[in-house]
Amino acid sequence: MPTAIPLHVNGQATRVTVDDPDMPLLYALRDSLGLHGPRFGCGVGQCGSCTVHLDGRPVRSCVTPLSAVGKKKIVTLEGLGTTDKLHPVQKAFIEEQAAQCGYCINGMIMEAAALLASNKKPSDAQIKQALTHNLCRCGTHLRIVRAVKRASAGV
Amino acid sequence: MLFAKPNRRDFLKGTGILIVSFSLPALTKTAFAQSGTPATTNTKTVALDDVDAFLAIDPTGSVTLYSGKVDLGTGIGTALTQIVAEELDVPFARVRVIEGDTALTPAQGKTWGSLSIQNGGAQIRQAAATARHALLQEAAKQLGVPAEDLIVEQTTEEGTVRSRSGGKQVTYGELIGGKTFSLKLDKRAPLKDPATYKIVGQPVPRFDIPEKMTGQFTYMQDFKVPGMLHGRVVRPAAIGATLLSFDESSVKDVPGLVKVVRQGNFLGVVAESEWGAIRAAQKLKANWSNWEGLPEQSKLWEHVRATKVNKDDVTSNVGNAEPALGQAAKRLSATYDFAIHTHGSIGPSCAVAEIKDGKLTCWSSSQGTHDLRQQLAAMLSMPDADVRAIYVEGSGCYGRNGHEDAAADAVLLARAVERPVRVQWMREDEHGWDPKGPPTLMDLQAGLDANGNVVAWYSQVYVPESATGSVNVKLVAAELAGLPHETGMVPGNIIQNTAIPYTFPNVRTVAHRLAETPFRPSWIRAPGRMQNTFGNESFMDELAAAVGADPLEFRLRYLNDPRGVELLKRLASFAQWQGRSSSGRASPDRTSLRTTKQKSGDVATGRGLTYIKYELARTYVGAVADVEVNRKSGEIRVKHFAVVQDCGQIINPDGVKNQVEGNVTQTVSRVLKEEVTFDRSRVTSLNWASYPILTFPEMPDVDIELIDRPAEKPWGVGEPSAAVVPSAISNAVFDAVGVRLRSVPFTPAKVRAAIQNA
Repeated sequence: MPTAIPLHVNGQATRVTVDDPDMPLLYALRDSLGLHGPRFGCGVGQCGSCTVHLDGRPVRSCVTPLSAVGKKKIVTLEGLGTTDKLHPVQKAFIEEQAAQCGYCINGMIMEAAALLASNKKPSDAQIKQALTHNLCRCGTHLRIVRAVKRASAGV
Repeated sequence: MLFAKPNRRDFLKGTGILIVSFSLPALTKTAFAQSGTPATTNTKTVALDDVDAFLAIDPTGSVTLYSGKVDLGTGIGTALTQIVAEELDVPFARVRVIEGDTALTPAQGKTWGSLSIQNGGAQIRQAAATARHALLQEAAKQLGVPAEDLIVEQTTEEGTVRSRSGGKQVTYGELIGGKTFSLKLDKRAPLKDPATYKIVGQPVPRFDIPEKMTGQFTYMQDFKVPGMLHGRVVRPAAIGATLLSFDESSVKDVPGLVKVVRQGNFLGVVAESEWGAIRAAQKLKANWSNWEGLPEQSKLWEHVRATKVNKDDVTSNVGNAEPALGQAAKRLSATYDFAIHTHGSIGPSCAVAEIKDGKLTCWSSSQGTHDLRQQLAAMLSMPDADVRAIYVEGSGCYGRNGHEDAAADAVLLARAVERPVRVQWMREDEHGWDPKGPPTLMDLQAGLDANGNVVAWYSQVYVPESATGSVNVKLVAAELAGLPHETGMVPGNIIQNTAIPYTFPNVRTVAHRLAETPFRPSWIRAPGRMQNTFGNESFMDELAAAVGADPLEFRLRYLNDPRGVELLKRLASFAQWQGRSSSGRASPDRTSLRTTKQKSGDVATGRGLTYIKYELARTYVGAVADVEVNRKSGEIRVKHFAVVQDCGQIINPDGVKNQVEGNVTQTVSRVLKEEVTFDRSRVTSLNWASYPILTFPEMPDVDIELIDRPAEKPWGVGEPSAAVVPSAISNAVFDAVGVRLRSVPFTPAKVRAAIQNA
C-alpha cells in the first residue's frame, strides 16, 4: 500500500509516497525528490557516497530506512550550500580543486562539514580519521585533506 | 566553400536543442542532450577531417567544441577547452564542450591510453588553427586589410579581429556566426607560438568542479528521460552457469513490477521505481546450473603457467640474449606476479536506453561511444546508423569497467518493455562482473660479467592474447542472451613496456600470449605497463644490489636518452636521493652509503626508486618511495612519494598534478591491498569489505616536480605515473628490510613470509 511519509529536507517540510516504508532514505531523496547530492555507491554503508546529515549527524542514507527518519531534519549536499552561496567546506573544495570524477565528494563534504561543526581546528590525523570510512577511488585524498584543512580556517 | 550556410534544417534544430539546454542554470558546461532527444539521422558532420566536426561558432561568438574524447573525471574537458580557447584566441568561458555523442562528435577513438591530449588534443588544436586561419582570411576580405596585418584580440566576450594599427574590427560571431566552416582540417594551418600562450599552460580551474561540489552536476547516475523505468540485472550464480528456470511468482508482490525479462541466460527485472527493481532483483528465485570453470585461486600461477600459449610477441631483440646469458659470469633470475584487479568505480555502472521508431538511443559513461554504438547495433542486428550513443559523465572508470555492459543491459530491458529503461548496477554486479585486469606472470633473467656489467637481459611475460582487429571487450548481456558479440579477448595493449629503456648489449623480451585467462580481461589504468614495469624496475634494483651499486647511478650507466638522464638527475635532487647500495640484510657487512634507519623496534624505513619512459616513446617519470615496514606485523606504510615527470608541453599544470597524485594514491592501494578473490564458480570479493582499498589514514604524501617543455608535443599523463609505483615500493621495502616482494599485492602475510624465509 502506498504510504505518505513526511520528511524535513533542506529546511522544508515535504512528503514522499512510497510502497515500502523500509525503503532506504537514499532512494526517496534521489528518486522522489530529485536530489543529486547523495549517491548510490555500495548500498551497504561501506563507501560513504550516500552521506546526508540527520539532525547534523552524518549518516549513510543507503542503509537508513525511511521509517527510521521520523522528525529528524535532513540536510543534503544541496542544502549545505549552492554555487551562489557556498558552504565554507564546498568553497574550500573548489579552491583546492579537490575532485577528479567527484562521485565520492558528496560524502567527503558532508562528513567534513559534520567534523568541523564539532571540531573547528582538526589536525591532519583527525581529518583522516574522520574520513576513514569514506572511500575515494580516483586518489584525490591529498586534495580532500587539504580542502578540509583550508575550510577549518574559514568555518 | 567557406562559411556555407547550413543547408539542413534538422542540423539547426538539433543545435537549437543543445543551445537551449545550455541556458538551463542547473546544467554543467559539458552539454549533452538532456532533453531526451531520440536518435535521429543527424546531418552534422562528424568526419575527422572536417573542421565542422570539431567546432561551431554561434552569432554571439560562443564556441562549441565537439570532442570525441570524453572527460572520465580527469579534467580533460577543461584542458581541451583551454586548447581551443588558446588557438582561437577566445575567452575560456566562451567555449563549451559536447563530448562523445555519435551524432555530434568525431570518432577520435576511445578515451584510453593517456591519449586524449596527445592525440585528441592535437586534432582539436589543428581544427582550431584551421578555423582561426579561415576567420582571418574572411576578416581580411571584410575589413579590406591584408590577413598578415590582422590580429585577434580577446575581449571578455569573444574573439575580435582587427588591424594591428587599429581601426575597424569584426567579431568571430559576425564572421561565421551560425554558419559552418565547410573546411577540411589543414595540417599546414599556422599554429600559435607557445611563447605567446595565455591560457594553455595555466592552472585554469576545472569548469565541472563547482557543480560537483554542490549537487548540481548531472552524472550518468542522475540522468533521467521522461517515462523512464528502472531495471536491474540478475546475474548467473556462476559465471558460466545456464539459467534452468525462474519463478515469476516469487516477485509478484513487488509493487510496481513491470516485467521479468529473460533472454537465454540474460535475466533482469523492470519496475516503475528504482527500489521496486532492486527488491524484485533480490527476491527473484532463479535456478542456475552448476559451473566450476575457474581455476583454484591458490594455484592461479600454476594455472597461468600451464595455459596454452597461442603465440609469442617478441617485443625487443638486441644481440643474442640466451647464449650471452649462458656465458655470463653471474646469472640472476626472478619471477614476479601481479594479481587480478577490478576497476572499483565508486559509483556502479549506469545507463539509460530508449528504442523509439526502430531507433536506439543509449546514454552511458562509455569511454568509446562510437565503438559502443557498433557493439549495440551488432547485438540487436540493426544498422549502426539507427543507433545513437551519447556520453554522460559518470563515476570514474580507470579503463574499461562496466559502463558498456550496463548500456547493453539497459538496451535489452528497454527493448523488452518498449519503454526507456535506466539500469544501475548494484555493488556486487560491479565487483563481480566488470572485466578484470588479467593476472600477469613475469620470468626475468639477467647475466653479469666479472666486472659487474649487465651483459644479458631476458624476460618472458605470460599474458592473455588480444583478438586481432578488435578494440572492444565483449558485452556481458550479449553473451548471456546469445546475441551477436565479440568472441576474442581484448585486454588492451598489455605488452607495452615489456621492452626496456636500458642499453644492455643483449636483450630479448618476449610476451607469451595465452589462449585464455580466468576472467573477461580488459584494461585498467596503465595496463601491462604497470605490471611489466613492476617486474623490470624491481629486477633492475636486484641487479644494482647484486653489484653493490646505487640504484640511480646504476640506471644512468645504461641510459643514453638525454631526457631520461635529465629526469633522473632532477629526481635525485628533488627527492634528495643519497647514493645507497640497497643490499638489505643480505650483506650486512657491506660498507655502503645506506641511510636506512631503524625507526624503532620492529619498524624499518627504506627508499626505493623507479624510472619509466612510457611505452619507450613518450612521458618520462621517475619516482622515489619512502616506506616503513613493520617486521613483526608485515605491515607496509607508504609514507611519501617524490615524483618527477616530463610529459612535454603541459596544458594545465594543476590538472597534471591531480592526475599524478591520483595515480600514486590509487596505485599504492592496488599494490598494498588489492586482489580479486574467487572460488571455482565466481568472484567472491563483491564489496569493499572483501576488496578493500586505501583509506585516508593510509594515504601517502606526494610531492611532484613537473618539467614543462612548452615547445614540445604534449604527452599523456593519465597513466605513466601509476606505472612506477609498484616497483618503487618493492625496492623501498628491500632497502628497509632486505627482502624482495615479487608478488602484488604486498600483503602483511607475504611480507612476514618473505622476512621469515630470508
